[in-house]
Amino acid sequence: MNIIRNAIAGTMESSDLIVTVTPGSGLTIDIQSPVKRQFGDSIRRSAEEIAQDLGVTDAVISIEDHGALDCTIRARIETALLRASKEE
Amino acid sequence: MRRTMLFLPGNNAGMLANGDILGADSIILDLEDAVSPDQKDSARILVRNALKYLNYRGCEVIIRINDIETPYWEDDLEAVLPLKPDVIMPTKVSGADYIHRLAAKMTEIEEKNGMEVGKTLIIPLLETTLGIENAFEIAKADPRMAALYLGAEDYTADLRCKRTKEGTEIFYARTRLVNAARAAGIEAYDTPWTDVDDMEGLQKDTELAKALGYTGKAVINPRHVDVVNAVFSPTEAEINYAKEVFAAIEEGKRLGKGAVSLRGKMIDKPIVERARQVLENARAIYGGEF
Repeated sequence: MNIIRNAIAGTMESSDLIVTVTPGSGLTIDIQSPVKRQFGDSIRRSAEEIAQDLGVTDAVISIEDHGALDCTIRARIETALLRASKEE
Repeated sequence: MRRTMLFLPGNNAGMLANGDILGADSIILDLEDAVSPDQKDSARILVRNALKYLNYRGCEVIIRINDIETPYWEDDLEAVLPLKPDVIMPTKVSGADYIHRLAAKMTEIEEKNGMEVGKTLIIPLLETTLGIENAFEIAKADPRMAALYLGAEDYTADLRCKRTKEGTEIFYARTRLVNAARAAGIEAYDTPWTDVDDMEGLQKDTELAKALGYTGKAVINPRHVDVVNAVFSPTEAEINYAKEVFAAIEEGKRLGKGAVSLRGKMIDKPIVERARQVLENARAIYGGEF
């Protein structure tokens, strides 16, 4: 799946996150989270898995986490990647 | 046992995460009115992941999908049905054809995914004047039908009248719907009380629904759950009376009596049936032996 435009998913609310996806070369994952020290690696693994499942190899995924559960993180990343792969 | 069906917005991650600790017997993960058109994709994926990864222990899960006339409903079903929610709630159901079309799509998805066909039930939202008129036909439309549920906001808009707290304008719909559901052998659920802060009004409205024969009520705010649960739970006096009914029947049998009376009133079939329902509900709510 090719990333062809910028896209955002999620909200600023507590227990949620904002994911921004932009076109890029290779896979870059940037994480901001109050629990980055404890869960940064887990968030990164989830992002890599979702990208792999969708066949995304080139994208910049920026994550601004507000204490979201893993299932929410996965949902918002998937939504942002799918949105970024579609024409507006 | 569904005394309360609590609506949770499908795109609200925080509420979905806490859905099972709010005291409701059922939670409705809402993909319809609570989600704006530009967030339908996001909510659908979030709800699918909630079903996949969260364990809603002791809480029935209902998914309200988008109307069959929108471009969203099939994607909603494809996303959530393979994760085996207890119930699918279609909206603006006005006739049996709607249910036939929905049930056929559900069967198609279940077969495609190697699932048991018919396990997920249907509770339709009747919220149009035509839907109320066709309530019995809708209630009998498919073996998946578990209940009918009245939605008064859209209904009163369709009726072209104001929705009031007294609810005079929805009395016909309430009685017609519950009668249709009972005639078809399924349950009936009442419309939510929409004033979040008016707890006295909620209490009265819920008592009226119970008096009309409803088994439960939808709620749109977690603060309403306790009041509605209490109204639809059998009281200690009701439980004691139901026990006395069965004790009197046993005593009558022992003495070889054909007719048995309790507190000066003959125990006939409807009294026994009501007592049985009270004890059955008490077991479901409080557990243990009754």
